[in-house]
Amino acid sequence: MAKRIGKQTVKLQNPPSILSYASIVGPKEGQGPLGEYFDQVLEDDMFGEKSWEKAECKMLQETIKLSMKKANLTADDINYVLAGDLLNQIISASFMAREIQIPYIGLYGACSTMSESLSLAAMLIDGGFADYVIAATSSHFSSAERQYRFPLELGTQRPLTSTWTVTGAGATVLGTTSKGNGPYITYVTTGKVVDLGIKDQFNMGAAMAPAAADTIKTHFDDTGFKPEDYDLIISGDLGIIGIDLTQQLLGQMKLDINNIFTDCGLKIFDTEKQDTHAGASGCGCSAAVLNGYLIKEIINGKYNRILFMSTGALLSPISTLQGESIPGIAHAVTIQRTLD
Amino acid sequence: MDYLYAFLVGGAICVIAQILMDTTKLTSGRILVIYVTAGAILSALGIYQKIVDIGGAGATIPLTGFGHSLAQGAIKAVKRDGILGAFTGGLTAAAGGIGAAIMFGYLMAIIFNPKTKP
Amino acid sequence: MILVLRNNDINLQKDYQKIVKQSTPRPTIFKNCILAFITGGLICDVGQFFLNYFKSLGIDPIQAGTPTSIVMVFIGAFLTGIGVYDLIGKYAGAGSIVPITGFANSIVAPAMEFKREGYVFGVGARMFTIAGPVIVYGVTSSIIIGLIYYLLRL
Repeated sequence: MAKRIGKQTVKLQNPPSILSYASIVGPKEGQGPLGEYFDQVLEDDMFGEKSWEKAECKMLQETIKLSMKKANLTADDINYVLAGDLLNQIISASFMAREIQIPYIGLYGACSTMSESLSLAAMLIDGGFADYVIAATSSHFSSAERQYRFPLELGTQRPLTSTWTVTGAGATVLGTTSKGNGPYITYVTTGKVVDLGIKDQFNMGAAMAPAAADTIKTHFDDTGFKPEDYDLIISGDLGIIGIDLTQQLLGQMKLDINNIFTDCGLKIFDTEKQDTHAGASGCGCSAAVLNGYLIKEIINGKYNRILFMSTGALLSPISTLQGESIPGIAHAVTIQRTLD
Repeated sequence: MDYLYAFLVGGAICVIAQILMDTTKLTSGRILVIYVTAGAILSALGIYQKIVDIGGAGATIPLTGFGHSLAQGAIKAVKRDGILGAFTGGLTAAAGGIGAAIMFGYLMAIIFNPKTKP
Repeated sequence: MILVLRNNDINLQKDYQKIVKQSTPRPTIFKNCILAFITGGLICDVGQFFLNYFKSLGIDPIQAGTPTSIVMVFIGAFLTGIGVYDLIGKYAGAGSIVPITGFANSIVAPAMEFKREGYVFGVGARMFTIAGPVIVYGVTSSIIIGLIYYLLRL
């Protein structure tokens, strides 16, 4: 069990290399600060399909195809595709797998799916069970909105704490250490579900912040790293309020990461100009930011080692109606440029 | 003059709902339910008619006015038809609004498609 | 001092919810109320215009409420259809939710949205997701009021 360190962390002994990465986003995301980083920006979020669900599925499919193309691989080379999304019964991912004939493992981790799939893909490769694995996820503003919230044309006000679901998909192709030149996945910290009784579905940041704080704290405890060892710690979709609360909780645990801590949900939109209130959310948020921006900047040398942590709120419309509080989860993955 | 009173009364009724929404976690659907029920009760107590006398459309256009016409319909029908009126009166009085909403709703759904928010 | 985040720790939950409350931005209630007041007032004035118009046609003042409602419902439904009502609602809040135009919006919005799930169980069923409860509670209260009125008259 030499690979396991601490309570919740795995140190990968044969760190998988990121071979390629791809992202496709919707029009609003394309207008955001990271617009030029994405492989494709859709002009119309219907993507030529008849429904938003179909558009989301196509977006995920095209992103995966693109990632394989960028790695010069075909579907026959890939051992597994690990994917999930926000829709009931993860239809975007499963319907994607219907088209792309690769052995498929469907995941549900709400918005934490990107780091969840990346963690499992990395462990599958490190364990010697696969040579090539794709980790991918997607979300779509309009399909998520109608499932979790209100019909689009309903005249409601979005609370200031609410976040904007990203229309976007991201896919990462991982291969064994020798197949690529990095960046590499070196550590995986799998989060526990933490729920401190937040019931407000329009304040997901507050619901997920305890899980985020717990995973970050556990990661540092397990690995013995210090905040200085990282250039960036980036959460998935905590938003302004979630980031603030996570820092407050970590402060109480005597861990100060404030100057290297940010959130994908604050990167992808200009929250003021694009009127997204507390930030962005959705599986596609961390997926697009990782596969559009972060990996590129790691390769360019802007970051040497980052802790990428997608965060998820594991609620459903039914649990909300039944008065349940919102369980949060966060999975962290260490991505580094070189193996030192 | 009736425009001024309609504006003031209608505006005030909306402000109460806005305060409810901002200070509690009530969503729009729950506000509508509360308003229709509150309108019916205030109407039965004879209070809402006084608001209508002052505000005109300012009191009948908000959903409380919908509750008012339901309640008044039931009361009038009881006077006319006895206990059967309690069951028929409300819906009869509100039939115009509900019927229009269903018909136009169906029509609009056929003609138009929803658009993503910018 | 929080050291471990345990799920069923009631005191921790209370502490955390206190922190959340402090860290959550307060809605701009005053601005929202002014916008709600103006929009709500204006919508009612449009209603008043039609009410006066129908009265001027010689319709009995009490009866004139019905055509007014129908016209207002049409306006709300149409503005929803062309995609304008949600934009008004974003600024007006309750000012456009509470008037009967908002009731129409609450019917048309889900009806349009669920067209792709078919005309029977999509449009037909979903159009009442919000309006259904309103009708249920409105009609039930009116029946109870009618019954009480009947019993009081005995």
